[in-house]
Amino acid sequence: MAEIATAAPVPAAPPSRLAKTLRALVAQPKVIWGGGFILFLLLLALAAPFIAPHDPLAQDLMAGTLPPVGFAEHDAAYLLGTDDLGRDVLSRLIYGTRIALTVAVIAAVLAALVGTILGLLAGYYGGIVDTVVSRLIEIWMAFPPVLLSILVVAIMGSGVTSVIAAIAIIDWTRFARVVRAETMAQAQADYVTAARTLGFGRLAILFREILPNVAPVLLALLTLEMGIAVIVEAILSFVGLSVSSDTPTWGGMIAQGRQIIYQAWWVFAAPLAALFATVLAFNQLGDGLRRALDPVMQR
Amino acid sequence: MIASVLVKRAGMAIVTLFGVAVVVFLLLRVAPGDPIAMMIGAGASASDIADLRARYGLDQPLLVQFGIWLAGVLRGDFGVSISLRRDVLELLAERLPATLELAGLACTFAVVIGGAVAVLGTLLRRRKGEAVLDGVNGLLLAVPDFVWALAFVLLLGVLWPVLPLSGRMDPSVGVPFVTRFYLTESVLTGRFVIAGDIIAHMVMPVLALALPLAAVIARILKDGLSEAMVQDYVLLARVKGMSELRLVVGEALRNAVGPTLALTGVQFTFLIGGTVIVERIFAFPGIGSMAIDAVINRDLPLIQGLVLVFGALFILVNLAVDLAVVALNPRLRHG
Amino acid sequence: MTVPLLAVSHLNAVVGRAGNAPVLRDVSLTIARGEVHGLVGESGAGKSTIAKAILGILPHGIRITGGSIALEGEDLLTFDAVTLRQKLGPAVSLIPQDPQTALNPGRRIEAQLTDGLRLWKGMSAKDAHARALQLLEEVQMREPARVMRSFPHELSGGMRQRVLIAAAFALEPKLVIADEPTTALDVTVQKQILRLIRSMQERHGTGVVFVTHDLGVVAQICDRATLLYMGKVMEQGNVSDLLNKPRHAYTKALMEACPRYDQPGRGLAPVPEEVFAACRAEIAAFDQAGAGHG
Repeated sequence: MAEIATAAPVPAAPPSRLAKTLRALVAQPKVIWGGGFILFLLLLALAAPFIAPHDPLAQDLMAGTLPPVGFAEHDAAYLLGTDDLGRDVLSRLIYGTRIALTVAVIAAVLAALVGTILGLLAGYYGGIVDTVVSRLIEIWMAFPPVLLSILVVAIMGSGVTSVIAAIAIIDWTRFARVVRAETMAQAQADYVTAARTLGFGRLAILFREILPNVAPVLLALLTLEMGIAVIVEAILSFVGLSVSSDTPTWGGMIAQGRQIIYQAWWVFAAPLAALFATVLAFNQLGDGLRRALDPVMQR
Repeated sequence: MIASVLVKRAGMAIVTLFGVAVVVFLLLRVAPGDPIAMMIGAGASASDIADLRARYGLDQPLLVQFGIWLAGVLRGDFGVSISLRRDVLELLAERLPATLELAGLACTFAVVIGGAVAVLGTLLRRRKGEAVLDGVNGLLLAVPDFVWALAFVLLLGVLWPVLPLSGRMDPSVGVPFVTRFYLTESVLTGRFVIAGDIIAHMVMPVLALALPLAAVIARILKDGLSEAMVQDYVLLARVKGMSELRLVVGEALRNAVGPTLALTGVQFTFLIGGTVIVERIFAFPGIGSMAIDAVINRDLPLIQGLVLVFGALFILVNLAVDLAVVALNPRLRHG
Repeated sequence: MTVPLLAVSHLNAVVGRAGNAPVLRDVSLTIARGEVHGLVGESGAGKSTIAKAILGILPHGIRITGGSIALEGEDLLTFDAVTLRQKLGPAVSLIPQDPQTALNPGRRIEAQLTDGLRLWKGMSAKDAHARALQLLEEVQMREPARVMRSFPHELSGGMRQRVLIAAAFALEPKLVIADEPTTALDVTVQKQILRLIRSMQERHGTGVVFVTHDLGVVAQICDRATLLYMGKVMEQGNVSDLLNKPRHAYTKALMEACPRYDQPGRGLAPVPEEVFAACRAEIAAFDQAGAGHG
């Protein structure tokens, strides 16, 4: 049995398969520029203290509401202008990538974890497990997601942790729905029947045979979810429920900018543009990944 | 056969609604923080708080509280809002029409725009215009309602201020209304100036809600249309000498609409959910913006009532989509 | 001299982006008014391509490189899309191969029978309805009134093909293209449908291009026929001459391959490889000559 167990899974030789996958990825322009932008954001977040021209929290009331460079009465030291407290918009924007990306990655992974496990179980075991999970999904989807996330954060108290928890608690259904359907389809496939006749345990089949085949869809979904998480964080900040106000976040900047939009529209516009571009980049990357990794789409 | 399916759906809907109520109830009661303390603030004596707790039934065990609330709901008594100190049902009745008009208009708009883009894209297939249209659609598909709403605030409300930024209509309009469906009523009674003002207030929130849904509809409907356009019956109609527009609209569309609706049904419920934040951004006085305040104020009876209303809306939309799919397919309709 | 109903002359067509794979090689044929003309060949012989070229519905990728298709003396290839539609719509119609997919599943039979009448004859809904009923009776449809109200999925394959035949003759077209109209049907229904097409054609005096791979069908319904191989005309003429005195080896071989109901035990002999080789050599020689010109 032991010999069979080591010999049976994944017949293809790993290097050629990896090379093929990489080639497919590079061939997708969406992957290149979507992924490129995310990489750029990641660098900004990591190197924020070295790149940011000013301390994002430093107030300079003498230099309040300065417009971005190129507009009348600007100050060249503040590329994107300053807010009403004289804080540098560009520096706050750069530091804001930290929260945005942290939330995006951790929340999306958590949501994927919960959703994938529930989806796999429901799709593979069927019966009562499937009924329970499907009902749960149905109930969850009947909540307006924004309302539910606000509810969770209101209960747990504001802070990055509760924002992440809220996103995971709400968006697991996105993964569960897709993974459940995929698993149901895969469980009927010949190779699963073959594995079963070879005497593999159910869990072994689930994780060694089915999961790898669901992985491409999952990866694309995960990327899309990161984009959604960035938005949810911004929404919560906008409502005033995310992190404390002395940590710069895009959502917080937008909320603050909304208050002073007639005096200093750029405080509102800059983080909004960042949000726009980031969501678009995650979306394009996810779309590109789906096209590159999905064997059906490659035909 | 169809009737029995619908009865089964309705039964499941009730289970879902009950589940929604249970989840919210548990979430709120398990949560730390005392709504009464938030309500009367510091300086209240312990006995005052105890009195209030008793008045809102918060001193009872969980199961009893839930039973009392559920029994009330079944009698049409949703309790009294803690923060607004008014009957919850009354508040809902006051706010719901605004949200219904907003969501209804947004759905209609999304269907019209999405449909038009899909038809146009099909007419332009294999030409330059198609790629441009697909690109724009991809953009709309990627960016959610929240971001559109904010972008409209900036562009159409501030930088080029052509549209009112908040509210449902100009507050100086002192015209009495019989119902809370202000837009419907003003149109039906022929008060078009007021209707125009209401519409001006709704343009941005409606667009923000409609654009992402329109993009989804456009994408899926266009796929359906392309599939239908290569069918033999379209070829035959082409041989009959029908114009290209008539092939798309008269022949392909009717067979593509049903499957598109079935695939996009869930997206319509996303639009309902989207009203929460979009109403907030435009200070639109519907149940969505009320819901955010209710949650922040920990107003338990109001939150429960609102969540139930949202759940019911979700279920009704799903049911409507199911019915429409059946109605649009002659095989199901007569089968 | 009279102008023929349809004259295809020296038609050449290629497929592929490079445009170097010929699908039609200098095809010429004429069809007189009221004639049933068989286009015979194996799949890939180009018979459907000719039919589609006449109808102006060639799929993307196939390009006509030379020749003309004249309907009553007017070269169809010189018209723009809109003019072509207006010329062909009322004058040429199609009986398609597969009745399962050729009717719109979302429209009632009445709508599909009357749309052409309303578009090209400008009939009122009432007149078109009456005319459609009459057409259904003409194709011997039982319960025509009920059929009019039906959706396609409520009809059998034979009934659908009758509807399609009624639709094809609705506008009194000059030419009907029948694209293997019986291959998707039961053997028992096939004969009825063939007889129906023939009787409709005779009553209305319509010219018919009958696309088929079955010489038996040709014998049954066609006046004249054109035999194609790899997009080239192999033999052309009256059906009786073609079947009784075949001149080309390919025709002979095809007849051997055809099951004979009148002589059980004969037929079904495979076409000998040397016949194919001879055909291919002929085509290669033709292509060579063409290349010499160019």
